[in-house]
Amino acid sequence: MVLAPADRAAVLALWRKLGTNVGIYTTEALERTFVAFPSSKTYFLHLNLSPGSAQVRAHGQKVANALVLAVNHLDDLPRTLSYLRELHTHKLRVDPVFFKLLCHCLLVTLARHYPGDFSPNMHASLVRFLNHVISALAPSSG
Amino acid sequence: SLSASESFPMSQLFVKVDEVGAEALGRLLVVYPWTQRFFEHFGDLSSADAVLGNAKVKAHGKKVLDSFSNGVQHLDDLKGTFAELSELHCDKLHVDPENFRLLGNVLVIVLARHFGKEFTPELQAEFQKVVAGVASALAHRYH
Repeated sequence: MVLAPADRAAVLALWRKLGTNVGIYTTEALERTFVAFPSSKTYFLHLNLSPGSAQVRAHGQKVANALVLAVNHLDDLPRTLSYLRELHTHKLRVDPVFFKLLCHCLLVTLARHYPGDFSPNMHASLVRFLNHVISALAPSSG
Repeated sequence: SLSASESFPMSQLFVKVDEVGAEALGRLLVVYPWTQRFFEHFGDLSSADAVLGNAKVKAHGKKVLDSFSNGVQHLDDLKGTFAELSELHCDKLHVDPENFRLLGNVLVIVLARHFGKEFTPELQAEFQKVVAGVASALAHRYH
């Protein structure tokens, strides 16, 4: 699967704009996922999930690092994310539906903070990019 | 489950922004292009600008939002409220129910974009329950 040039350009431009703040938004996305879809907390029962939790922030930063890695390796996502795929699929056994919920909450977060940048075309590019990431992370998700 | 008290802040937000329905439907057609199949008679859908500027998309989007707002007023009986629409979408138009969930999520994203700071995680959670309830009611005829 290859991401179209227009999608790549859009996502790269947005990520450049987010700069070092990606972790802030992925953390908010995680918090939103826990509130809107409480069953998702099942993967994080070992963490303090109260609002503002440093542990959730730390995990948010890990997610951010993975997305930045993905944005910079769009030609080779499966290989780039192979360690994370092994971890999430075989060790943690995360239901791929959870990734979809988290990505939806990330879109909500980005739309909220960057309403002017979040055009319909940007929205579409982000959905396609995130679908690529999910495919690389959870290949059996169909 | 849903309750009448949850509908108060939500109905306020729906009233505030006229174009929310049009934008949500437009974005659905752009982000998930197969959905255009049901709207080929709407004319030019060839680009994001064409879709979002299309008068028929805007009019239909408003219709969709009015329907959602009606749903918010009848949270205690969504299946009854949407029975006719369910029959239309499922039996006549043959829309896969997954598309109702997609539109619901697009609507949540549009609300987040418009309401920014006010769109707290708790408010989002309330909306997610409503859109899930509406999607389920619309899919009811499949069962």
